[in-house]
Amino acid sequence: MTPIIEARGLSKKFVKRLDLAGKIAQRLGADIHEEIVHAVDNVSLSINAGEVVGLVGESGCGKSTLGRIIAGILPQTAGTVLVDGKDTADMNSTDRTAAALAVQMIFQDPFASLNPRMRVEQIIGEAPLVHGLTDRAGLSDYVDDVMMKVGLDPLLKQRYPHQFSGGQRQRIGIGRALAVKPRFLVCDEAIAALDVSIQAQVLNLFMDLREQFELTYLFISHDLSVVEHIADRIVIMYLGRVVEAADTEALFDDPQHPYTRALLAEIPRLDQRKRDFTPIAGEIPSPLNPPSGCHFHPRCPYVMPVCKTEVPKLAAQHDLRQVSCHLDNSTRRIID
Amino acid sequence: MTVISVEGLKTHFLTRAGVVRAVDGVSFSLDRGEVMGLVGESGSGKSVTGFSIIGLVDAPGKIVDGSIFFHGDDLSKLSARQMQALRGSRIAMIFQDPMMTLNPVLRIDTQMIEAIRAHEKVSRKEAWTRARDGLAQVGIPSPEQRLRAYPHQLSGGMRQRVAIAIAFLNNPDLLIADEPTTALDVTIQAQIVHVAQKLCRERGTALIWITHDLAVVAGLADRIAVMYAGRIVEAGDTDDVIDHPRHPYTVGLLGSVPSANQRGQRLTQIPGMTPNMLALPEGCAFRDRCTHSDNQCSKAPQVSTDERGHAIRCFHPQYVKTPA
Repeated sequence: MTPIIEARGLSKKFVKRLDLAGKIAQRLGADIHEEIVHAVDNVSLSINAGEVVGLVGESGCGKSTLGRIIAGILPQTAGTVLVDGKDTADMNSTDRTAAALAVQMIFQDPFASLNPRMRVEQIIGEAPLVHGLTDRAGLSDYVDDVMMKVGLDPLLKQRYPHQFSGGQRQRIGIGRALAVKPRFLVCDEAIAALDVSIQAQVLNLFMDLREQFELTYLFISHDLSVVEHIADRIVIMYLGRVVEAADTEALFDDPQHPYTRALLAEIPRLDQRKRDFTPIAGEIPSPLNPPSGCHFHPRCPYVMPVCKTEVPKLAAQHDLRQVSCHLDNSTRRIID
Repeated sequence: MTVISVEGLKTHFLTRAGVVRAVDGVSFSLDRGEVMGLVGESGSGKSVTGFSIIGLVDAPGKIVDGSIFFHGDDLSKLSARQMQALRGSRIAMIFQDPMMTLNPVLRIDTQMIEAIRAHEKVSRKEAWTRARDGLAQVGIPSPEQRLRAYPHQLSGGMRQRVAIAIAFLNNPDLLIADEPTTALDVTIQAQIVHVAQKLCRERGTALIWITHDLAVVAGLADRIAVMYAGRIVEAGDTDDVIDHPRHPYTVGLLGSVPSANQRGQRLTQIPGMTPNMLALPEGCAFRDRCTHSDNQCSKAPQVSTDERGHAIRCFHPQYVKTPA
């Protein structure tokens, strides 16, 4: 089966170029360099139709950047994105439009991602009208239909975004994405800004829509408990690299990368009472100046000399799980 | 020994659009070293409760009724000067955004030394030493260097730790933590909770941890109080509230937590939206969203407490067991 989305060796660098004064100072021998951030560093990922893949990591790990590249709203520095097995860079314009429509994105902040000067009808209806999914005469019915699918009252379509609550606004954002009949949704922290009871409603909506329209999701989140609930497969990123990828069940039953283990140990759970919180030391290092070798080595409890010099390969294991760590399973068990 | 006791606290905001009853009859008390989780969604009045205790309610907000006793003294009877002497020394608060505590244009050392010398007559040198030790206690590496930094030079987690260090400088009897980990990553959240937990245990500080995240307080708190629309609707021991929630809102809130549900199953959601505080329904504020409500609920339910001290404000208590 051809994966619906495949990323091969994606990298993204953000470079802060020197201004004229900086350049002159550099010529004169000052210790000034261009600042380069490797937000995404050689990441490959393939997602099959109907799958929900969770992408997890701390802030600054490059998960949103990867999501944006896959959604096609940010150009990559290196690597290719394939939609239905075809490289988006080699497509003709018709195919590219079709691919762009097939992949839609839902953003974190429902306050910033909707144009405050447009009515809901325009927000949801603009794209389908432009792309000929409906005509002017049918637009009103089309928007009603989309609004009903995402649980909004169509009578409210003449309102502006500020007249809605956070949860409703997020539904508008979902409606806008669904309006062009996508097959793949990139959800970037789509429920992080919502209240607990509203989070549950929106999460349920995502699950209903998946069933109803056979959607595929890349669900980006820092919250492992949310991802655990919705995803079939989980990919964990740390400072721009994938450190572990596995089926949800396997990952939670037997996390292998030390970073994954630390993350799992730290999710607060309802069934743990009076616990002693024992965090991993240190913070995520600056991506401007990442540690050599394995990026995790300064915080890793199992660090070995090799970790400081060599980047571990993301090795596939028997059950399709991938782990990027110099330790092998047997050694880790002995240490435990 | 009771550190703080709040009785029938009402803090209202007299706005042009009407009276917002942000806190409407809240009562609780905390002993030395006790940790209470104050849980609620946005607009439930949990933060305003915290601000009311520490005396930081701004106009148009006003404490209109009720009393707050701190070691037996009624705080409403204190003068502004007396209150100022308590605030930051005996009662401390940390906020969701540590930049609310920190002044962006002053170095950390200036701010910490100021906080000590505002409440105690000590030399700058001694204050500096205490500031350095304070930073070391919250796990900040090379504290001497960090003291010379400005807040913007520190990461979010580091700033929150500085805020905690400042809160503990004068050994408070009560710490109010208002969603201090909401903006932080999981690993940093664990570090912050760890530091706060450790310091409160060592010094016997009573802690009110305000949050919307039930999972965090489940692991941290001795007792939990759940707020909805300005009232505590359920309160009790952590085990009682989480394993045997009685109020339909608490049941719904727990059902909304993904980890309490079967993987991949629909979550048991609460219908409707978080309430508009200007247009609350008569009687029980939750009845519009409640599946058990009937005519009785148009009257405000009173608090009923069982023999274990598990209190609820509901006519239709539930008897469910949360799947662990």
